[in-house]
Amino acid sequence: MPKRVETVVLHDSSTPVLGDTQKGGSVVVTTVETLIGQARANSLWPVTFGLACCAIEMMSTAGSRFDIARFGSEAFRATPRQADVMIIAGRLSKKMAPVLRQIYDQMPEPKWVISMGACASSGGVYNNYAIVQGADQVVPVDVYVPGCPPSPDALIYGILKLQEKIKRGRAKTMTELRLVEFTPRTTQEVTA
Amino acid sequence: MGLLDKVVKPLTGGMTITAKRLAHKKVTLNYPEEKRAMYPRTRWRHVLTRYESGLERCIGCSLCAGACPARCIYVQAAENTDQERYSPGERYAVRYEINMIRCIFCGYCQEACPTGAIVLRDDFELANYNREDFIYTKEMLLEPISDR
Repeated sequence: MPKRVETVVLHDSSTPVLGDTQKGGSVVVTTVETLIGQARANSLWPVTFGLACCAIEMMSTAGSRFDIARFGSEAFRATPRQADVMIIAGRLSKKMAPVLRQIYDQMPEPKWVISMGACASSGGVYNNYAIVQGADQVVPVDVYVPGCPPSPDALIYGILKLQEKIKRGRAKTMTELRLVEFTPRTTQEVTA
Repeated sequence: MGLLDKVVKPLTGGMTITAKRLAHKKVTLNYPEEKRAMYPRTRWRHVLTRYESGLERCIGCSLCAGACPARCIYVQAAENTDQERYSPGERYAVRYEINMIRCIFCGYCQEACPTGAIVLRDDFELANYNREDFIYTKEMLLEPISDR
């Protein structure tokens, strides 16, 4: 009986999809980094961080109609120590900003941040003294999801974008290393 | 008697509920593969529309920018000339920018527009990695001529 070896097929040059196999007699090697990237991307556990009305849509995303369990992110953790991704859902007030930073710091590496909605991403309509004008002033944000609030499918699209980014792997530039301290923002950018 | 009351009855009761749920319709939407039908008044990504002739509807009046509660629209107008005509009126928008990340998709711009130039349609896949990529320029918003 001929020996069958399942092979990893490279899809679109950059992201190999592990579930996609073909029967053949050859072996294709992959990097450990790619394998780890696949594992990380397909089990993103979010930390429960609902700050306002966007949290309702976030909960709806975890519900049965739009089911993020299909992407391995259904386990919303109430502790940052067990979470991989923080979904900032709602307006971030200046009083809440240190708490957000502390929770982000408590998350184990590797960690990612999704900024959900207009208020978390840029301040939205709340261009005032109380609201942080964009959560990226406090934590490095990986994916921004616009909308007020984003519908569950829009959030799922954001999660898929994040998975894509994780699968792609290594950061190419200094800004992609998510070190906010290295990229000071000018006042013009903050007000824009 | 104790066995029947304490074990068999609850088990059969529970399994009956399970069996009933098996017959239910599946509610999960397989989002990236299939998209749900949007409601007719869904407000998502903006589009700058054109007339049948291909001319732009936008006349650069900035009423949308005035109506915007998030102040995320920027319009710069210029005069049309006979050599370079973009819209039927006297003026047209040279620059039309929307900060998509500050926009709350309220649709007030659509309501304020006197010519129906700006409309909000149902493309919701707007998430991106960089904040700079959310400034949508006129070229990105304007509907292609062949789109009708």
